[in-house]
Amino acid sequence: MKLVVAIIRPEQLGSVLEELYKAEVSGLTISRVQGHGGERDHVETYRGTTVKMGLSEKVRIDIGVSNHFVEPTVTAILRGARTGDVGDGKIFVLPVEKVYRIRTGEEDQSAVTPVQLAGAG
Amino acid sequence: MNQADTAWMLVATALVLLMTPALAFFYGGLVRSKNALNTMMMSFVSLGVVGVVWAIVGYSLAFGPGNAYIGDLSRVFLNGVGLEENGTIPHVLFMTFQGTFAIITAALISGAIVERMRFGAYMLFIALWVIFIYAPLCHWVWGGGWIGQMGALDYAGGTVVHINAGVAALVAALVLGSRKDYARQAILPHNVPFTLLGAGLLWFGWFGFNAGSALGASPAAGLAFAATFLAPMGTVVVWALLDLMRNGKATAVGLATAIVVGLVAITPAAGFVGPMSALALGAIAAVPSYYALVWRARTRLDDSLDVVAAHGLGGAVGALLTGVFAQESWNGSVNGLLFGNPGQLGIQAVAILAAIAFSGIGTFVLLKLVGVFVPLRVESTEEGQGMDVSQHGEEAYAAAEGAILVLPEREIVRPSPAMATQGGRA
Repeated sequence: MKLVVAIIRPEQLGSVLEELYKAEVSGLTISRVQGHGGERDHVETYRGTTVKMGLSEKVRIDIGVSNHFVEPTVTAILRGARTGDVGDGKIFVLPVEKVYRIRTGEEDQSAVTPVQLAGAG
Repeated sequence: MNQADTAWMLVATALVLLMTPALAFFYGGLVRSKNALNTMMMSFVSLGVVGVVWAIVGYSLAFGPGNAYIGDLSRVFLNGVGLEENGTIPHVLFMTFQGTFAIITAALISGAIVERMRFGAYMLFIALWVIFIYAPLCHWVWGGGWIGQMGALDYAGGTVVHINAGVAALVAALVLGSRKDYARQAILPHNVPFTLLGAGLLWFGWFGFNAGSALGASPAAGLAFAATFLAPMGTVVVWALLDLMRNGKATAVGLATAIVVGLVAITPAAGFVGPMSALALGAIAAVPSYYALVWRARTRLDDSLDVVAAHGLGGAVGALLTGVFAQESWNGSVNGLLFGNPGQLGIQAVAILAAIAFSGIGTFVLLKLVGVFVPLRVESTEEGQGMDVSQHGEEAYAAAEGAILVLPEREIVRPSPAMATQGGRA
């Protein structure tokens, strides 16, 4: 299992979620974060006070996936998050030691496999 | 000169001016947080731009003697607008009162083009729009022009303000095109309490708008005041019921919108109809605007804050219903359809169609003209980043973390690399 961590532009979140949905990646966690990745600072002025905003708003996505899902997940994020300008973000793929699904106590592979809802639809 | 009239008109003018900041809150709450300041600024800047244009030339074109179609340049730079009587109040106060109408009308249009229009282009556009669209139409209806002479009833600006702004908004939304995220992603209001606050303040200011249009502390002002009190109440109740029937829930954004729709609809009728007619008018006006909003959201038309449904359609319905509910026993001059004068409805319809045609064509030409000199839209990346940062270099909800203070002194005495080395701290 791997943990895919992506830092993306907030305005790209919608299209990333769309791509992930198409790739059938369903379980994820997002958080609003601030960060800096070499993009040009933007300058703001409040009356006489001028400030350089060193940190930009970013969104962090955490996705736990089984090994064969890493590739489609990463591809989906790359497709959804890329604008071509500096500041598009990063994707990190991390090894994962153990995963538990809290509801059932399932472990590892079965814990990151989405539940097939019986009789859904 | 009447001192009571003057006192009331002083208050009414201040009330109408408050409506523009109120509109800023109403609109500001409805957009995403990254565009909150820009949206509010579009209303606030109208206080400046339109006010200046009004004093320089707008007032003269609207209320100068002129002919049936336009005023003249005799009042340019407020020439001859002094302490003398205009009606029963000082001329200079009349000019101020009318100026507040021009300001809010221009600001209303911004609801259709938020989150994408370049701020400079917007400023240029509203300046030209007040001169070439608002002032002539105002002259037609109130400045002694042909619509007024024809006998069309428009107490406080159903045609001049609301149909005018609504049609301009429709054209502006079409010319600019939709936001890049429109119909692709959910775009939600970022602060619904702001929207409710704005709606409440708009209602408060609207007492000056409608009752002030009596131009005096008269019984007619009291009648218009009662109408402004009752009509939105009818709209709110019907709107909430429609919401309940459709979704099972009455919504806050819906209720705030209902207040505005009711106020818009009663605007042309305020001093012409009885109080119970005002209540009925407000209740009826909820229905077309409600369904227009629902329908619009399914189309490609990104009239982002529904100016067309609330102001254009609400204004047109109100102007027509004025021709239905007008009652001589209340207004002392003219009856509508319900009281035996069906012809009035026809006159109202002609006034509405004239306002739609003039505002629609004129706004289209002006936007194309402005577009020749300045791009109307921001770049797609700026739209993504948000208009607050890209247009104003400010944020509505700035997080101070990571902000580096830029000190001008430090830049002036910035040491050269050699000096820094000599200091031993390179």
